[in-house]
Amino acid sequence: MNSEKIFKYLLVSSGVLMVLIALGIVATLFVGSIPSFKEFGFGFLFSTEWDPTEGRESYGALPFIIGTLLTSILALIITFPFAFSISLFLGEYFKDGALPSFLRSVVDLLAGIPSVVYGLWGFYALKPLVAELGLNAQGFGIFTSSVILAIMIIPYASSLGAEVISMVPGSLKEAAYSLGATRYEVVRNVIVPNAGSGIFAGYILALGRAIGETMAVTMLIGNSNNMPTGIFDLGNTMASLIANQFGEAEGLKYTALIEIGLILFVITGIVNYIGKLIMKKLSA
Amino acid sequence: MNISTEISDRKMKQRLLKDKIFTNAMIFLAFLSGVPLFLILYQLAIKGYRQLNISFFFEEAPDTMEAMIAVANNEVIPGGIANGIVGTLIIVGLASLIAIPIGIICGTYLAENAEGKFAGLVRFIVDMLQGVPSIVLGVIGYIWIVKPVTNGFSALAGSVALSIMMLPSIVRSTEETLKMIPGTLKEAALSLGVPYHKVILKVILPTGISGILTGVILGISRIAGETAPLMLTALGSTVINTNITEPSSAVPLLVWEFYNDPNLVNMIWSASLFLLLLILGLNLSAKAIARKWKVQY
Repeated sequence: MNSEKIFKYLLVSSGVLMVLIALGIVATLFVGSIPSFKEFGFGFLFSTEWDPTEGRESYGALPFIIGTLLTSILALIITFPFAFSISLFLGEYFKDGALPSFLRSVVDLLAGIPSVVYGLWGFYALKPLVAELGLNAQGFGIFTSSVILAIMIIPYASSLGAEVISMVPGSLKEAAYSLGATRYEVVRNVIVPNAGSGIFAGYILALGRAIGETMAVTMLIGNSNNMPTGIFDLGNTMASLIANQFGEAEGLKYTALIEIGLILFVITGIVNYIGKLIMKKLSA
Repeated sequence: MNISTEISDRKMKQRLLKDKIFTNAMIFLAFLSGVPLFLILYQLAIKGYRQLNISFFFEEAPDTMEAMIAVANNEVIPGGIANGIVGTLIIVGLASLIAIPIGIICGTYLAENAEGKFAGLVRFIVDMLQGVPSIVLGVIGYIWIVKPVTNGFSALAGSVALSIMMLPSIVRSTEETLKMIPGTLKEAALSLGVPYHKVILKVILPTGISGILTGVILGISRIAGETAPLMLTALGSTVINTNITEPSSAVPLLVWEFYNDPNLVNMIWSASLFLLLLILGLNLSAKAIARKWKVQY
């Protein structure tokens, strides 16, 4: 074989390796959760019990699925006005100059802060504030985690939005201005309808981030295995549960945690896929 | 002035007012979003600088007793985070060794096969890999390496988990960079009779080196602060450990340990400050490379 051919095989084999890694991850999670699935079946998804007491071990994922969706969707709602403002600021109002490039750098750096540092800051700065406001006795809980998550996903939620807003055709905006529209009216009636689905795709991808976030949530959510009763209640997300309990888990609990990992993997996969699908439609 | 113009006049004023309120609210909210960055930096700097001294970089993390005695005597806690720094260097270095070659080769493959069904599948899978939560990769590292290979928690398992995490960003940045290189460059080399693989290795990749390097540095900065996957793989260690089949510490793991130990609380800030500066530094240098060292044709 000449080097030409070897080189081409090398290129293709790297692609094959990617496929193998992905298949390997899926297969590993599947195989790992078989014992748990045999024991609990699909009831695992709907059971609210998480009882590791020996003899009457019983595991269910519902409180953690709900906890995950509650924290991440709440985070998305909190982040929306901020991310949308940044998108508009960078994509429409101030495209060039020192101020927007400063804001752009700050937002980029927000994305660089490690999760565990966000968790620390949340613990020492945000948690006491939440407790002081009387929202919840100690300041831990779903709401506190959501606020931290909201800050963490601002960069992801705003960057795609800024891009699509800046691509709205100038002629459309000028047409609206020439009819006497104010800038706010242009934003509302021209930019949002035009760039809406792109902005939305950015939020979906940010949601995917929030669902998988682990450390900051683990440090703030209170780690309760009961079904959360409201947004100020304590809870656990799928990621924080695994982080907390995987280390010492054995037997049934171990495979139940892998099954939780599988559910988390599938949910983030679906959310990301929807986001990519919207983006693909956009560019087509 | 008749009534109808007065009404339209009032309406006009209302619209302009609405516009003004909206603009100001937007500017306010946009800049408010950046405030946490400075609050975090400020808090870490104020509380962490006291611990930053020579021994912080060269000594191992103190145990609870040492820290308790130091705090009781109102002294600075002895010791440092050397075990974490060495661990992070080893784990991240090994992860990079695995991910960088594979990532660049795969990115080249995708750039060279813009169309093609299999390339499309690979592209889709790389996108999906990018979204896999880091904790799930921790579970994978545990099942793939900790149990069967190293028979216990190990730096190697951490490296494998982190290498999967950094792969997508290297692949995508390589692909994107190489796609921007004009085809004429490649055609010129090919027309001179240079074999295809030499064109890629000697012409295309060197031309795109800055973009690839940016992706690599961003990938490293993405994994350097990761804690969750390391909790399930590298676990942590109180001493400096250079054996990759043994449990190892890392700076983010130390932050987590200090957080959980009330006696060591004073160490959190300096360790976090170090970690944050390291990652922000990597981020900024990636940006500087992308800006200053742009591809020249």
